[in-house]
Amino acid sequence: MSSISTLQDEIVSEFEILGEDRESTIFYIMELGEKLPQFPADEQKDENLIKGCQSKVWLIADEENGKVRYFADSNTDITKGLISLLIRVLDNRSPEEIIQADLNFIDRIGMGSIIGSQRSNGLASMIQQMKRYALAYQTKLNA
Amino acid sequence: MSFDLEKIRGLFPVLHQEVHGRPLVYFDNAATTQKPQAVLDALRNYYEHDNSNIHRGAHTLADRATRHYEATREKVKDFINSRESAEVIFTKGTTESINLVAQTFGRKFIGKDDEIIISTMEHHSNIVPWQMLCEEKGAKLRVIPIQENGEIVFEEFEKLLNPKTKLVSIVHASNALGTINPVKKIIQSAHEIGAKVLLDGAQSTSHLEIDVQELDCDFLAFSAHKLYGPTGLGVLYGKREILEEMPPFLGGGEMIKEVSFEKTTYNEIPFKFEAGTPNIADVIAFGQALDFIQSLGKKQIKAHEDNLLSYANQLTKDIKGFIPVGTAADKVSVLSFNIQGMHPFDLGQMLDARGIAVRTGHHCTQPLMHRFGIEGTVRASFAVYNTKSEIENMAEGIAKIARIKNK
Repeated sequence: MSSISTLQDEIVSEFEILGEDRESTIFYIMELGEKLPQFPADEQKDENLIKGCQSKVWLIADEENGKVRYFADSNTDITKGLISLLIRVLDNRSPEEIIQADLNFIDRIGMGSIIGSQRSNGLASMIQQMKRYALAYQTKLNA
Repeated sequence: MSFDLEKIRGLFPVLHQEVHGRPLVYFDNAATTQKPQAVLDALRNYYEHDNSNIHRGAHTLADRATRHYEATREKVKDFINSRESAEVIFTKGTTESINLVAQTFGRKFIGKDDEIIISTMEHHSNIVPWQMLCEEKGAKLRVIPIQENGEIVFEEFEKLLNPKTKLVSIVHASNALGTINPVKKIIQSAHEIGAKVLLDGAQSTSHLEIDVQELDCDFLAFSAHKLYGPTGLGVLYGKREILEEMPPFLGGGEMIKEVSFEKTTYNEIPFKFEAGTPNIADVIAFGQALDFIQSLGKKQIKAHEDNLLSYANQLTKDIKGFIPVGTAADKVSVLSFNIQGMHPFDLGQMLDARGIAVRTGHHCTQPLMHRFGIEGTVRASFAVYNTKSEIENMAEGIAKIARIKNK
């Protein structure tokens, strides 16, 4: 499995290919969302919603062989694309790796200007929640 | 001024820029319109040459500022054809105008078990002030239902009217749907049972000829910034006899006749309702915005906007998955819509990627969205400076998104 930094480089180069065309970039983010695995319908409940997001984002995590697995869904396609990028980088890794991950691809892509400030705040909340899950599992594993 | 679209666009500096490498298409005019150069110049000119507090000044600058400020009041009077300029009160905006009526007229004349009628399509600013008043006074809020196309059910409105109805507060043109309400008929019916009528004119004043005497409304509230004027400024029109009966809104300078520690007497209208130093620069600049509108005439403006709306309807109606929201026969230039299976926020962001500015969400009309069973819409709203090629650009963008979404 590629390292976090290799995956981030991959994402950055994918976005570089799209170039300056904003419309293609947004469509690409939407397409990424379509690749998210099916999210269990009964997990679409309020307690799994990420606070601080304008649109609805459900995120759950599970532990598998000492690794954290993430599952997410959203009611908007762009947000789905964003969370799928995060999952691509952080899923199936040890809690330590996730907690220490420096997600620099977001700034390197210039995501802030692509998705605007409202959604950037939401994206920050998603990262925060993913790291919180990792922290919780780390505590559990070390107990 | 004849209707020369290129010339009109030339008056608005903000329009001439690129967004994400594409020419800006500004379709968020129901939220706020852009400002012509004359408005910007007036703001600058005031601070560069005339800045001074108005009224009671013995010096030249104060006199000049006062004259320019009061000149705008005269222009507003002509704009809405009120009997006199004293019936024109400057406020912070439509929201404050409505709150002013709720807090003064409402507190004095609406009591326990009295009723206030609004409609399903009201903006939150024409719902919440009345809810607050009802809670305080034990009065009741009644709501006129609407049909699927976004028109009110007039017969239901008439059924709601009864001797307890003290006020009908209704939007003239809906911000979320564009529906123009039959306000003349509403006012007549309300007056027959002795109720007063407040018109929320935030969305109508920039598009429709407004004659408060002909309409016979008791109050009219609107905002300058939706009329090509500055933000933070609005108007409350009220009939003199009612305004005189109303207690003051805010206490302070400007609104008094005489103050002693024992008793204060209040100034005449409109000053009774304009406590404190007003928004002088913006009022003066607003005069230029009104001149701009009057130079074209609402008839020409409306005809142009109607053309844009029908062109937009024509270009979008056959797009697969396109769902128009609000299809009343009589509308101002608002196209509210959704794309099947798509969140309005995504759609808005995709149009932004093409340089097109639209508004997305509930448009501060949550009960209305609830009525339609939707979370929100995308709203494109057209103004005097918009063009057919901009509409084509948007329709192309929507079609592209719909193709991808509904493939």
